[in-house]
Amino acid sequence: MSALTFTLKTRPAQRVDMSPLVCHQLQGKDPDQIAAIELQSGNRKLRADELFTISGSDAQHIIIKNSFEKLDFIGKDLAGGSISVEGDAGAYLAIGMTAGTITVTGNAGLYAGCEMKKGYLEIAGNTGDFLGGPLPGNKMGMKGGLILVKGNAGERAGDCLRRGTILIEGNTGDYCGSRMIAGTIAVMGQTGRYTGYAMHRGTLLLWHTPPLSASFNDCGTHTLAFLPLLFKAFAPLHSKFADHAAVFNRVRRYAGDMAEMGRGEILVRLEQL
Amino acid sequence: MIINGVTIDATFAEAFPMKATRAIITAHNEKWALIAAQAMTGFATSVIACGCEAGIERTLSPEQTPDGRPGVAVLIFAMGGKGLAKQLETRAGQCVLTSPTSALFAGIYSDIKIPLGKNLRYFGDGFQIAKVIDGKRYWRIPVMDGEFLTEATTGQVDAVGGGNFLVLAESQPQALAACEAAIDAMRKIPNVIMPFPGGVVRSGSKVGSKYKTLNASTNDAFCPTLKGMTATDLSPEIESVMEIVIDGLSKEDIDQAMRVGIQAICDLGAEAGIKRISAGNYGGKLGPFHFHLQEIMA
Repeated sequence: MSALTFTLKTRPAQRVDMSPLVCHQLQGKDPDQIAAIELQSGNRKLRADELFTISGSDAQHIIIKNSFEKLDFIGKDLAGGSISVEGDAGAYLAIGMTAGTITVTGNAGLYAGCEMKKGYLEIAGNTGDFLGGPLPGNKMGMKGGLILVKGNAGERAGDCLRRGTILIEGNTGDYCGSRMIAGTIAVMGQTGRYTGYAMHRGTLLLWHTPPLSASFNDCGTHTLAFLPLLFKAFAPLHSKFADHAAVFNRVRRYAGDMAEMGRGEILVRLEQL
Repeated sequence: MIINGVTIDATFAEAFPMKATRAIITAHNEKWALIAAQAMTGFATSVIACGCEAGIERTLSPEQTPDGRPGVAVLIFAMGGKGLAKQLETRAGQCVLTSPTSALFAGIYSDIKIPLGKNLRYFGDGFQIAKVIDGKRYWRIPVMDGEFLTEATTGQVDAVGGGNFLVLAESQPQALAACEAAIDAMRKIPNVIMPFPGGVVRSGSKVGSKYKTLNASTNDAFCPTLKGMTATDLSPEIESVMEIVIDGLSKEDIDQAMRVGIQAICDLGAEAGIKRISAGNYGGKLGPFHFHLQEIMA
């Protein structure tokens, strides 16, 4: 069985809600039923076969070809299986995902991995603001799983992160890890201003010292035993985080945000002993 | 059955179902991993009075441990799950948490989980940090030498305790040398421990006593100084008897350990003063696991 493939015919002017095209909702449907699924685009509903050329039949493996930045809600509430996006993805990629794998070869928009609960999300390019964050008004962002961004992330990456891991190979905007409740965010590149702003608990693992707020206190340099375990968990990834040269256990520890609960930490990589 | 002049008695060892777990202790070097492991498995020779039976299973190279440091695997056995959990937690808290540079990990996984560092975390007084890595929960507890890293839980499995055999020799040094040879061979077998001091017991017991308060007392049938005054099981030339007790994760593990142990003794042979190999049992009425010596050595 070949992967169920949706190839975009032409780029619509309005944004498209892709949430019906997820593995568990397509499982068991015949090609005519899949072609007749209606997708909201602006104030209109479009049949799936109006937008896409549909081929293949394995609904557990979905490929979206010629994707672009207006295809929103790809992989919403995905409960298993895999979705491969060839091109860019719009906003709310993998929102509420509970299991499975989503990979994007290009960039992703706002709120990628928003309130994700489990599973694996990989974005080869850049991603917008509120990576792994909560929907506006909600109190908790991502609650589990792993997000890997190979490019840069926008502002507020990991906002209100509750659990899980976010790996960013590139840079992040301001407020990285803001209001973080727990979990781990690792950033290889530069981070912007107000890193860890109002974080309660959790770990920000950084390769470069950020411009720190006065409410983060220096706890000195340390060799931490959990870091090798953390890197070992990254070893299966196709990422710079899996590179043996990336592994370290010597860090400078900053505790904060003291203006909040203050049980969080920013760990900054040091030269290894 | 006679092997190299050593008589293998037509008898069997009788063993009991137990609950067991394995923990992995790592440290800055093997010396400190062993120190922590020895402390954790101290005073754990017999469930009769120690609450559990524990021992070092083997040392682990950095490649075999979760955090890439030298380590030691320890096995702990108890009569029930509650007792096992209590012993594990107490020993982890007092002997491993306190040991410099140590870290503690689960050494076995099963559907039944018992706390390893799950409750030790409260020692952190609110400064402890949880980390879920690869689906496993760890606790980072700040301590004076840095951080104590421990996995939250380990697995509890069904196991077998009380496999044994007796070494009957012409003299005490010969019995001891034979037991040392057996223990050296048996320590290479995975999934088993010999919980008594150095792996050897010199004070085997029988069930019951003339004193009402005791439920176990010296095994007079195998005490050489009582040959003339009790229903002895010893022939005149036997001057010393020592026992090796084995706890294992399965009957097969104990079978194998007994086989290599008895073989190592038989390799020394009757010339080394070893006359018989026997075993302790209760007539087959108490323990469901029977280890027939001649079947094992066949």
